[in-house]
Amino acid sequence: MSSVKIELRKDQTDKIHTICDSFGNQEGELINVLHKSQETFGYLPAEVQELIAEKLEISAAKVYGVVTFYSFFSMTPKGEFPISICTGTACYVRGAETVLNEFKKQLEMEVGETRTDGKFSLSCLRCVGACGLAPVVQVGDKTYGRVAPDDVKGIIEEYLPAGL
Amino acid sequence: MNLVKLTIDGKKVEVPAGTTIYKAAKELGIDIPILCYMDLKDLNIENKPGGCRICSVEVEGRKNLAPSCSTDVAEGMEVRTNTMRVINARRTVMELIISDHPKDCLSCAKSGSCDLQDMAIRLGIREIPGQEYAEMSTYRLDTSPSIIRDLDKCIMCRRCETMCNDFQTVGALHAVNRGFQAVVAPAFEMNLEHSPCTYCGQCVAVCPTGALTEVDHTGKVIAALNDPSKTVVVQTAPAVRAALGEEFGMKAGTLVTGKMVTALRQLGFDYVFDTDFAADLTIMEEGAELLGRLTRFLEGDKDVKLPILTSCCPGWVNFFEYNFPEMKEIPSTARSPQQMFGSIAKSYFAEKIEIDRKDMVVVSIMPCLAKKYECQREEFMVDGNPDVDISISTRELAHLIKQANLDLVRMDEEDFDKPMGESSGAGVIFGVTGGVIEAATRTAYEIYTGKSLEKVDFEQLRGVDGIRSASVDFDGQEINIGIAHGLRNARKLLEEIKEGKSHYHAIEIMACPGGCIGGGGQPLHHGDASILKARTKAIYEEDRNKPIRKSHENPYIKKLYEEFLGEPLSEKAHELLHTHYFDKRKKIFQV
Repeated sequence: MSSVKIELRKDQTDKIHTICDSFGNQEGELINVLHKSQETFGYLPAEVQELIAEKLEISAAKVYGVVTFYSFFSMTPKGEFPISICTGTACYVRGAETVLNEFKKQLEMEVGETRTDGKFSLSCLRCVGACGLAPVVQVGDKTYGRVAPDDVKGIIEEYLPAGL
Repeated sequence: MNLVKLTIDGKKVEVPAGTTIYKAAKELGIDIPILCYMDLKDLNIENKPGGCRICSVEVEGRKNLAPSCSTDVAEGMEVRTNTMRVINARRTVMELIISDHPKDCLSCAKSGSCDLQDMAIRLGIREIPGQEYAEMSTYRLDTSPSIIRDLDKCIMCRRCETMCNDFQTVGALHAVNRGFQAVVAPAFEMNLEHSPCTYCGQCVAVCPTGALTEVDHTGKVIAALNDPSKTVVVQTAPAVRAALGEEFGMKAGTLVTGKMVTALRQLGFDYVFDTDFAADLTIMEEGAELLGRLTRFLEGDKDVKLPILTSCCPGWVNFFEYNFPEMKEIPSTARSPQQMFGSIAKSYFAEKIEIDRKDMVVVSIMPCLAKKYECQREEFMVDGNPDVDISISTRELAHLIKQANLDLVRMDEEDFDKPMGESSGAGVIFGVTGGVIEAATRTAYEIYTGKSLEKVDFEQLRGVDGIRSASVDFDGQEINIGIAHGLRNARKLLEEIKEGKSHYHAIEIMACPGGCIGGGGQPLHHGDASILKARTKAIYEEDRNKPIRKSHENPYIKKLYEEFLGEPLSEKAHELLHTHYFDKRKKIFQV
């Protein structure tokens, strides 16, 4: 199983119910419901999926099937500072992979993971429309351009002044 | 009806608009190969994900090949099913599928009845080019009490998913992940044991490969038979005798009761008994319970729980324990015939032959995979010793008989042993949808009215529709009876009860199509309803030929009550023959 059992608070279950209701509890709206829920919670833990399944009267297996099919949906919570490395064509040919490897090395984590302290999560994305700045890295809403492997340590330290 | 004219392989055909190319070709006698496609038309179930592309054909004017199972015909269409391009494409698809499939066919449980193997033979696959470079996906093995999932052998046809969701509305299985990592799995990729799976086995019954198979206990049976310290007792469920012959090339619907008894004796079982005996016992207990609730209801008792639901089918019991736990007081508390048999064999009969229950091994032959789970339930054990030790399916029994070099077809016909081999016709019809409630009606009517039934056949309770209802006149008192087979249909009746709209006094439910005769442990019927009909006919024939047709007239049942149990619903009967149910919803998805 890919997530640890969590207990949902009353306001959280209410929120999911409201989202499902806003889509008329229609089975065909599953993807929209999942989008909204992920927007609210940052990720889609098993308990949220079970609740959605119950509300839309479909099996939890089906909900999980959709969540695991689309890479946009995530079952792991994003870190406080989500790091995304663009691996679109332009960034890739200008060395995004070496930048990515440096992040993995410095943070000691793999793509798709969230550090146990909850500070950072690491993901790849395709093209943010800033190819002139390639390779591009985003941390939360902030964008870094022309990033070289040597810059990585400095970027991380901006968010953790005390060091790792 | 709007008709469409087209040509397939140069032959003209006219079919209704909306027909697929695959079906139109069938009209012409052209058998396009299929793998993921499944059409159980009599059950109203069709699986056509268009995923495997084995059924690809060439359509004039269309650039790419078309999957014939999911492409509709069009006016003037010209289809070729056997051009070089089609054959090459089909072979490539097949080679790609097999390149990621284990090559251990010799020892695979499905060997000999595998659709993938058959297709490799049909397409003349002799090598898999590039196999040495091919990546093989792998997934952990999942073993449950009844079913084994070996997803390395899964070809993602998704037939199991269709049965589990559309036919049974169980929702245990769904395709998850994508690309090379895609598998069919329960939510959060839990094992079946931590999913809503009922172990009905309908997924196993349609799996084209060895990805879903039953847990094979034939080895345990052989070990027990060869242990001189054990007395081995066997019971055979009613539906087995109407289908076992098919595994030996006999026509569907051939009754092999006597031959099966001889074969079991030759295999070395010490006592060959009949689950039908326990079915008669079930009727005594369940019938008494029904009459008790009914009488209290008619006397104005508002607390009485009606309708009463039958509880013989372990798949169904699992289903309501998970889906309707708030209604767990409604089903009859009577144990299933398999468990009543085990309980009586290890008490009454063990005392009779003066052995300790620990020295007795009770084996059951069942058309069912859920029975494997049922006999492992803790409520059916005494100090850790199960009432029924090993449950094997009809298919597994066939393997045992073949291994022992016995020829079922030429076998003499012998009778079951006494006392637990004697049964009435009512016990036999437990194997078909409507049968349990008809058996109960035969007994309940006579006890309620004090009159003898002139005609024991209740035709109004028989049939093949998924949901049926009928009224039986109990001497001026109308008794409303509901019958459902297939859990999708059961769910509808349960929802009615929940909403307070149910007008039934009693409801019979069986999880599998046609009842136990279409069980997950039976010889594969491949969705051919004529096979199910033939088995049903055979069961009613056995009923008709029995000298005793009503459970309460079975002399050995009477004796059992006189010597041991007292009367139905007595304290002893409660202890040995009744059970209680659990709320399983909480247990799901928790490890």
